[in-house]
Amino acid sequence: MKKLALKTILIGAAFSAVAPVYVVAQAAPATAQMSAQAVTVAPQKLPRFRFENFTTANGLPDNHVYSVLVDGERIWAGTDNGLALYDHHTWKTFTTADGLAHRAVLSLALDKRTGDVWAGTMGGLSRISGGRIDSFTQLTSGLSNDVVYGVSVEGENVWVATAAGGCRLNTRTGQWTLYNERNTPMNEIWVYAVSAAPDKVYYAVWGSGLLEYTQKTGRWDKYDDPDGENEIVLFKDQGLIHEIVTSVSYVDNIVWAATYFGDSRYDGRYWHNFLTKDSGLPSNFTNTIKGVDATHCWFGTDRGLAYYDGTNWAVYRPSLKDGKPEMTVRDAAGKVTPVTVTTAPAHNYILGIDFQGNDIWVATAKGLSHGIREKQ
Amino acid sequence: MSRRIPIAAGIAACATLLLALALSTHPPVRAAEADDEQYASPLELQLSPDGARLYVLCQQSEEVRVLDAATHTTIKTIAVGRVPRGLSLSPDGARLFVTNSWDDTLSVIDTRKLTVTATWPVGAEPSGVVEDRACKRLYVANRISNDVAVLDALTGVEEKRLAAGRGASYLTLSPDGSRIYATHVYPNPPRVRTELDNRTAPESEITVIDTARAVVVDRMPLHRIAGVFHLAFSSDGRLGVVAEYHPKNLVPIAHLEHGGYVDYTLTLFGADVGKASVEIPLDELERYASRPFGVLISPDKSRIFVSCGGSETVMAIDVPRLLQYARTHPGSNVQDLAASAHYVAARIPVGRDPRGLAISRDGRRLFVANRLDDTISVIDVSKNRVASTIVLNGLKTITAMRLGEQTFYTSSYSFQGQIGCASCHIDSTFDAITWNLEPSGFGRDIVSNKLLEGIKDTGPYKWNGGNPNIPTECGPRTEKYFWRSENYDGLTLADLALYVRSLAPRPNRWRLANGEQTPAQERGQAIFERSVDKFKKPITEGNRCSYCHSGPNGTNHQLFDVGTHKPTDNSALLKSAQLNNIALHAPYLHDGSAHTLEEIWTVYNPDDKHGRTNDLTKDELNDLIEYLRTR
Repeated sequence: MKKLALKTILIGAAFSAVAPVYVVAQAAPATAQMSAQAVTVAPQKLPRFRFENFTTANGLPDNHVYSVLVDGERIWAGTDNGLALYDHHTWKTFTTADGLAHRAVLSLALDKRTGDVWAGTMGGLSRISGGRIDSFTQLTSGLSNDVVYGVSVEGENVWVATAAGGCRLNTRTGQWTLYNERNTPMNEIWVYAVSAAPDKVYYAVWGSGLLEYTQKTGRWDKYDDPDGENEIVLFKDQGLIHEIVTSVSYVDNIVWAATYFGDSRYDGRYWHNFLTKDSGLPSNFTNTIKGVDATHCWFGTDRGLAYYDGTNWAVYRPSLKDGKPEMTVRDAAGKVTPVTVTTAPAHNYILGIDFQGNDIWVATAKGLSHGIREKQ
Repeated sequence: MSRRIPIAAGIAACATLLLALALSTHPPVRAAEADDEQYASPLELQLSPDGARLYVLCQQSEEVRVLDAATHTTIKTIAVGRVPRGLSLSPDGARLFVTNSWDDTLSVIDTRKLTVTATWPVGAEPSGVVEDRACKRLYVANRISNDVAVLDALTGVEEKRLAAGRGASYLTLSPDGSRIYATHVYPNPPRVRTELDNRTAPESEITVIDTARAVVVDRMPLHRIAGVFHLAFSSDGRLGVVAEYHPKNLVPIAHLEHGGYVDYTLTLFGADVGKASVEIPLDELERYASRPFGVLISPDKSRIFVSCGGSETVMAIDVPRLLQYARTHPGSNVQDLAASAHYVAARIPVGRDPRGLAISRDGRRLFVANRLDDTISVIDVSKNRVASTIVLNGLKTITAMRLGEQTFYTSSYSFQGQIGCASCHIDSTFDAITWNLEPSGFGRDIVSNKLLEGIKDTGPYKWNGGNPNIPTECGPRTEKYFWRSENYDGLTLADLALYVRSLAPRPNRWRLANGEQTPAQERGQAIFERSVDKFKKPITEGNRCSYCHSGPNGTNHQLFDVGTHKPTDNSALLKSAQLNNIALHAPYLHDGSAHTLEEIWTVYNPDDKHGRTNDLTKDELNDLIEYLRTR
């Protein structure tokens, strides 16, 4: 299942009267699906930002930014043409001449203990440590594949998501352990993202759902869309929203999972799914997801940047109509309120998100954005 | 299909040669039956903060000798772990730390009680050790895992490991306590492939660690440097200096006569030098400063002292003149063999293989550990000469083994005293460099230097199997192509061969302590020993891993064409390499073209001539490598 599944709009009761069919409509607008108990939120309660955008015009090596990583006061940006470091208001770019595995940097992770940065590229995995870059490829090391979509650091282990399965590098022993269809319930081996913690590791697998690895037991579990590969949702919140999982974020024992057909939140027992038709998501096509905690989460879609505070939603983007900066707030009642803003992320196609205190950094298809939190 | 040529010829002739050599003259001090355990082999020195005690780390007797620094009498002997290598005092002088490189532990000695109060497990082959100024964290350089471990100084619990240079070994705390500087004895792997994959100049670094956060904040590049040893600061912190080798491996070794093989240098850095570091040679044309190891700066910053193991001297360098030279000669001055006349104040002869240094607080007495004499030279700094010698064991005899080791570590046999065996076989191991040894012709037969441990039963020697035994390898060949100056007498060669044959493999860190295998190692062994490929087709005998790499050392001693020869090689036939501690000594293949074990098969085995491997999946190849690491 390597091709992108077609959008399907299914209307009506497919099975029985007790089993309402939910509509998956990728292009559907965020219509008001209200709840009787909903409480309207004032727009000013949701965070507002002044976005400063970086492009090649002010130092970025390329406008196509796949990933962003906050490292204290320093910002790393993985672009299509090198790894850029923003430090003391100046950009510096690392390239293959410096030892980077490939010019296109798809993913970034920080080892908070050592300060090392790990970069997943289109040509291997690189470690940036004290200015030195060491690269690992499928030819020179035990890395399973050179296309590294995701990377996450947990303790002394570096967990990697590649186009040919997942793998783990133990930085103490140098041992590589590969995870694929031969030793996990991974039907497809196209792994888009990984989120690792001391207790659990989650792999987002394109076309094979969400894989969960329990560190203590070494056991693998798999979460699939209960509706299989049909583009329908028979029961809301029954399970993972879709098999094509593109991003995962595990924080405070909560899994936030993004797919190209909506997003999911899983607390270990219950699922809660988000679709444009019943949430504030600007699009079901979600590239990246990053949880703040068990309640709050950011979503990077093809139609803008979205924030969810557990009840209400905010969307930040250049207007789809005229490109002017736009912020909208959707309350629990489904009421959408525009907020006057003068800045927006560099582009609607969001590929990466990271936090810097109250600020947010956003990687987009046409530049890197720094959302500076405004006092409210 | 591999071609096999059994090697049998030459053994009788060499036996005759060895007998003839053994009958020649030899110094009268030799005592073949003496017990090697009696040697202390002092390696590192530390003076207590009050200067009253001298702590001597004795590597071979595996102990710390505590001497009265004034009378030189022994106060106490404290047993530590196997093959200790690193020694340092806590900033308050209350604790003495010793790394035990063969059992991967750290001994903590209470300097008041003079007893070991704790022995903590640390990383693979711990070497340098230093405690931060706050006495909160201990840093240990691990030579095998190429990192610096950060430990809780009270409990010994490891907090994390920081990536350092390859063969991380020596640590120095800056005078203000804000930084730790780590050096490493093997060059870092090449970062970027070049057209000449196997012909790269070495690159090293000084790894700089911020002690407040315990993270690496900088890596000072040392271009064309391999083999970096002790580093020292002036007490004001404005001048840093590190002892190092500068190999010239891209030219044939025939250029020994022209100073083209290796230089021994110092790199200077810090505010006194300027923003960029300066490399200055220690050598002069007729007298090389072979194998610089220990370095320190006198308290008044007037002198830098450098112990040179191969030259058996301590260099005394005039700091004001050195700085004057460095400021007017930026960059690398390695080509200028007249440079040292500007700043070398004295070359002070000491004992054999001088290593660790310590200087009294008043700067008047310099102590030098002569590792292979079991003595400590006490130098009168004002007179630049040895004032007295502390004899640790008072031995009247010397064993053949010790004589062989002395021969291995001296550079006195080579032209201008440039090199000895230990110049390329650092601490009797290897140097991770490829060389053009030129006997086969200039630019021909580029070879990778290899680990010596466990080679005694792995002949024939050389990659092409050209030398039938160790005396031939160490004797006529070495004398002709390396020393170009002086031959060994018969018994000296016999002793040298005895020492080389005695080098046992260090403990393999990839084997489990309980003797069992991990699942990956088990699967890898099955692949190593298989006779049928994944398509159920038989693998010919000569194309099985376990055939060529058979026996306890992983070699069947025969020659094969495994498809790895280059246009510059005179023959495609290579001796099957021994596998002892194979994980330690990248690069691989005869010419060092494979930077990692993986590359042997992912890059250099397209036709399955180096074993049937192209049917393996990536995880199966990883399993095979996990098994090989246990050999």
